[in-house]
Amino acid sequence: MYKRIAFTVNGKAYNFEVDVRESLLDVLRSHLGFTGAKQGCGVGECGACSVLIDGVPTDTCIYLAVWADGKEIRTIEGVAEKNGELSEVQKAFVDEGAVQCGFCTPGLVLTTTALKESGKDYTREELKRELSGHLCRCTGYQNILKAAEKSLEGHVCTCVDSPHYKGE
Amino acid sequence: MAYTVVGKSVRRVDAVAKVTGKAKYTDDFSERNMLVGKILHSPYAHALVKSIDVSKAKALPGVEAVLTYKDLPDIRYATAIPGIIEAIATDDVTVAELKYGTAGHPYSLEENHRDKEDRNILTRKARFVGDNIAAVVAVDDLTASKALKLIEVEYEELEVLTSTDAALKEGAPLIHDDCEGNILSSHGYEIGNLEEALQESDHVIEGEYETSIVQHCHLENQVSHAYVDSDRRIVIMTSTQIPHIVRRIVAQSLGISWGRVRVIKPYIGGGFGNKQDVCIEPLNAAMSLAVGGRPVRLELSREEAMIDTRTRHAFKFKIRTGINNDGKINGIHISAVSNTGAYASHGHSIASSGGGKFRYLYPTKALKYDPITVYTNLPVAGAMRGYGTPQIFFAFESHIEDIAKKLNLDPIEIRKKNVVKEGHVDPLSKNTIRSCSIRECIDKGRELIKWDAKKALYKNQTGDIRRGLGMACFSYASGTYPVALELAGARIVMNQDGSVQLQLGATEIGQGSDTVFAQMVSEVLGIPMYMVHVISTQDTDITPFDTGSYASRQTYVSGMAVEKAALEVKKKVLAFASSMTDIPAHLLDLKEQSVVFKDSGEKVLGLEVVAMQSYYDRVNAEPITSDVSNNARINAIPFGVTFTEVEVDMKTGKIKILEIYNVHDSGKIVNPLLAEGQVHGGVSMAIGYALSEQLLFDEKTGKPLNNNLLDYKLPTIMDTPDIGAAFVEKEDPTGPFGVKSLGEPPIVSPAPAIRNAVLDATEVAFNRIPMNPQRVFEKFKEKGLI
Repeated sequence: MYKRIAFTVNGKAYNFEVDVRESLLDVLRSHLGFTGAKQGCGVGECGACSVLIDGVPTDTCIYLAVWADGKEIRTIEGVAEKNGELSEVQKAFVDEGAVQCGFCTPGLVLTTTALKESGKDYTREELKRELSGHLCRCTGYQNILKAAEKSLEGHVCTCVDSPHYKGE
Repeated sequence: MAYTVVGKSVRRVDAVAKVTGKAKYTDDFSERNMLVGKILHSPYAHALVKSIDVSKAKALPGVEAVLTYKDLPDIRYATAIPGIIEAIATDDVTVAELKYGTAGHPYSLEENHRDKEDRNILTRKARFVGDNIAAVVAVDDLTASKALKLIEVEYEELEVLTSTDAALKEGAPLIHDDCEGNILSSHGYEIGNLEEALQESDHVIEGEYETSIVQHCHLENQVSHAYVDSDRRIVIMTSTQIPHIVRRIVAQSLGISWGRVRVIKPYIGGGFGNKQDVCIEPLNAAMSLAVGGRPVRLELSREEAMIDTRTRHAFKFKIRTGINNDGKINGIHISAVSNTGAYASHGHSIASSGGGKFRYLYPTKALKYDPITVYTNLPVAGAMRGYGTPQIFFAFESHIEDIAKKLNLDPIEIRKKNVVKEGHVDPLSKNTIRSCSIRECIDKGRELIKWDAKKALYKNQTGDIRRGLGMACFSYASGTYPVALELAGARIVMNQDGSVQLQLGATEIGQGSDTVFAQMVSEVLGIPMYMVHVISTQDTDITPFDTGSYASRQTYVSGMAVEKAALEVKKKVLAFASSMTDIPAHLLDLKEQSVVFKDSGEKVLGLEVVAMQSYYDRVNAEPITSDVSNNARINAIPFGVTFTEVEVDMKTGKIKILEIYNVHDSGKIVNPLLAEGQVHGGVSMAIGYALSEQLLFDEKTGKPLNNNLLDYKLPTIMDTPDIGAAFVEKEDPTGPFGVKSLGEPPIVSPAPAIRNAVLDATEVAFNRIPMNPQRVFEKFKEKGLI
């Protein structure tokens, strides 16, 4: 069964028919060519396929393409400036040595971008929690955390309970 | 030596490509109308296929081919064009019967040095849950999955041998008919007279240690695309560490000449040794051939990859050590049983390598190593970061701690008393220790963790939360010499602007080799990093021959080829400049994109002027290139140590790492930021090995219980403490720019250091890893602590 859906990817509008069984990851990679989103597990365990859907980091391997109807999607291909200049987050990942094989990198850059753009403050532990949906086997997460902290400079607080998590 | 670029934390050459999503991995490429291949895995760990009926699967619309052991396409004939290209048959066996070895080792001209050839592309005898019985090729994923369910297989179940004890029992069924007693090999070594050494000792202390099966969990699963090109050659794009070896093994598995296979390796999403093996490419090639050479994609799911690629060998050790009252070790006897699973893959090389690399750390009068590698009905064990050393060092570094405790010796002093010194020549490999800073590494680690102050503080703890300190040492090697061939290739072409293209046989797998090679070229040629263009993709049709990325050999072994290629280009540039200026070449040097006087540094010519002239001078034009191969008949031994502090919850069994430092003697560090990254990754993998990771199987049936990333307990960012990385840099005289290896070493010593810290905190010795909360809780209960 096919259904017509419409969404934007990195600001560009798409309107087309998808097989209702297809994941958003399949549609992004195979039909639209956004191969920056990677498949590491296919069942929502590793975070390599994350994109931002209406600003929220989401595992696209377990998100049906039809659910994306009417949404704004941002992939790794839409993070750098149009003239090719890297975003602050991307620069931090490069400078801090947070990249090794690079397979988990797009997802982590996107989640960090969402955290940065939220304007909220995070403690180091909260930051780790926010990033914990992304598995990485190369880096031991050390430089990823450094890059995330650098990206959020001014938004990493040292207090034990940030307002962000109060009440949980 | 003072260097300009070597030793600097320059930016990774592939970092921008990777943060922008532009870096292309195997499955980011596509061919038009690519078909999908899927594998029918055996549900039984040990069973004979009595019959297979594929008629229903074949009849399903959208199914293009179904393959079984009975009807693999006979490629030797399938790719021939009568009258134009002759079929090349190696012998009379059909492809279905051809057996091949999968391990990513260089080929050996000596038959007895080759890997065991025990695998068919598809089998009629299942040897583990997940073994490859049949395969389908269909128009899409869904159709392929449906078709698998329509294949009807009747199995005759055989006795399942999930443990080495069961496999070694007299009368146990044979997993491979030609392998008596299920023992793949029991080749070990003996140096000196062990019994004499033990008798001379004041004490002989014994211990038993055990490690478990873990998995690489690189983020990108095994994936490849295969098709037959317009010249009737088989092209395979694949996520591999060893493109040239894949080419050879695919050809062997199909019985065709090697030149008819072309392997392309783009960026890869991690390997850690699992992609130093040939898991899916032969079947992928067979799938394409079964559909007339059309492109077929074969991608393993995470659940498949965790059981049907490779794992780390589980080991059981028994150790006897003869030692004097002063802490001097006289003799060591290590018996080891290695569980290699259903097929040999790297097989006994793992046990041999562990025993070989261990030898460098504590030279003793006598050392006997008795390893046996045993087939069982579990998934196939192969190469994984550390290649046998995490196992043997877990055992021995735990054992030496136990000895220190028993004899009331200081754990640091006992190690310092026995560690190797520079100048030592290994009696078997004949490798010489030309640089050794293990003592300095120990001192540095001791200081970083504030060992002495904390040791005093943590004496006589009794509460529910207890802290402890532990440490452990290791030795490794840089490549495999003299065990195997260490050949590497590099090619440099200087462009008209004085920049260069650098082409390598060694593969970038995330470790950063492309960057350090570019640094070496930049250093030799006096050009900035942005003028070194690394061709990251390997293509066996084009790329110089190199056996691949493994054995921590890139910076050391392939680095030698890179340095040699760059020096040759430099020589040619200077000669050309000399012909342009009449200044003798030996007075010239390269610096800051210029040909300069060696003594004064005064500029003679811009490099771009020489380069341009080398292309377009109407009389003397001859573009400057080099294409070298280097056979490294030498080795350099890296060392290092882990220091850690843990906190143990005596009520729940939870172990928390408070601090952990790895200090490495890896010679000169070419890129400190990337080197730290290697240490972080290795240590974190080792923390998983020590505390949480373990592939579990049903003991009776051999069925996997946790072959997914959720249940396997791969450390997340929340499970990973801050990891400290430090280096004692002393240049090794044999390495290019003084380097020794670093890729694998960080994973070797953390597990025993953590174990020793837990012992320090709790007085409980864990001789089996992982020390997960359940196991710790059970042991505390057994000891009456809970």
